[in-house]
Amino acid sequence: MQKITYLEKPVYFESYSATGGFEEGRGPLGKNFDFIDNSDLFGMKTCEKAEAEMARINLNIALKKKNLSPSDLNVLVAGDLQNQCVASSGGLFTFGIPFLGLYGACSTCTEGLLVLSAMLSTSKTYTRGASVTSSHNSAAERQFRTPLEYGGQRAPSAQWTATASGAFILGKEKSHIKITAFMPGKAIDGYTKDQSNMGAAMALGAFDSINSFFKENNPDEFDLIMTGDLGHVGSNILEDMLREKITRYGTKLASLHNDCGLLLYDFDTQDVHSGASGCGCSASVLASFILPKIERGELRKILFLSTGALMSTSSVSQGDNILGIAPAIQIEYEE
Amino acid sequence: MENSKDYKKRIKRHTPKSPIFKDCLLAFVFGGAISAIGEILASLYIYFGAEEQTSYTLVTVTLIFVSALLTGLGVFDNIARYAGAGTLVPVTGFANSVVSSAIDTKAEGLILGVGSKIFTVAGPVILYAILSGSILGVIYYFVTLFS
Repeated sequence: MQKITYLEKPVYFESYSATGGFEEGRGPLGKNFDFIDNSDLFGMKTCEKAEAEMARINLNIALKKKNLSPSDLNVLVAGDLQNQCVASSGGLFTFGIPFLGLYGACSTCTEGLLVLSAMLSTSKTYTRGASVTSSHNSAAERQFRTPLEYGGQRAPSAQWTATASGAFILGKEKSHIKITAFMPGKAIDGYTKDQSNMGAAMALGAFDSINSFFKENNPDEFDLIMTGDLGHVGSNILEDMLREKITRYGTKLASLHNDCGLLLYDFDTQDVHSGASGCGCSASVLASFILPKIERGELRKILFLSTGALMSTSSVSQGDNILGIAPAIQIEYEE
Repeated sequence: MENSKDYKKRIKRHTPKSPIFKDCLLAFVFGGAISAIGEILASLYIYFGAEEQTSYTLVTVTLIFVSALLTGLGVFDNIARYAGAGTLVPVTGFANSVVSSAIDTKAEGLILGVGSKIFTVAGPVILYAILSGSILGVIYYFVTLFS
């Protein structure tokens, strides 16, 4: 049975950092990023290696912000979209921190923070760890779609995979931002095979998690319900469903909802169709926009759910539906 | 929650449709322009002394070369974003699909990268063009036997 864990001793965000590429840099949140590389290559020769290097640079920045060295961390959980998660292992192994690789598609950011919170809050030996998530537009396009220079048109519901990474250092030392509860999501059939409409494929997963979470929580206490990368299409479907299916709180929940995929780019000047996607999307928006707002006390309590579309190119071509999943963490301001 | 049928309806309601009229118009304009350039080139080649049949081969080669060059320079996909079928249907689209695959897989080596993946996009076109050509050839053969 799905359960929400409320932490008796919260886990704190000790440091965090966001890095990104050209499109992210010229987007509305670009000035909040800790590091932007306009070439998207981060000094590497291929986009796959660039993603690994971006993750490495990002964790390095997060460590430096708090004057920490890699040996201060007991564990590192990380994931990305590349086959076998090589960007995370390849980019981060040089730190020498015990490593757990994760795959939750674009839900990896919340998944990582959830796993890390669970480890830190239940174990006495673990005092501090990092969660790093990344995606690279070119690496994802190459793996899931067509060659980069291939001339084709994208559907209006298609989303733009972010070249971005979010790194978070969680620990038991007090700060202004804390994780106070978490709930893993269920993989839910998205009833579609359309790879150019991932928002629709994930909206049901997000709906299921939000519905479960607010069966025992009061939405009036929350300032924001943030999903990962539903984009325009998925967000509209989700908000519609919340209003229709949840009689008591539905309208309130829909009004609290926003989506990281709608914030990363400027829809007027950037050709991103339905919005941003990729595990780097929710991770970098959390690190560049949401956590600073909580740290300043502008947001007091939020529910954060990165949304993942569980599929592979083989599963889709063999006729399987895309599954949606949305793990949830509750993040609060600490005086 | 919601059943499959209702949810599919909901997806349909919220998913914006491609602007078909605009796409068709742009495809017509770009495709027509490429064809017109082809005709001009053919006339030029004939003017410089080529046979009519040879001039069409030269036009095809020229268009393939220009598409390959524009793909390599990273310009082709920016044009195709607007042109759609206008650049996809002529030989330009075929050239682009082969060259873009080659560029993409260069880092994986000449044999296992470029060699094995250069036709990943164009492969189906080649296979089914040859297959349908062969079938039509056989049909044509039998038709000529009886007429």
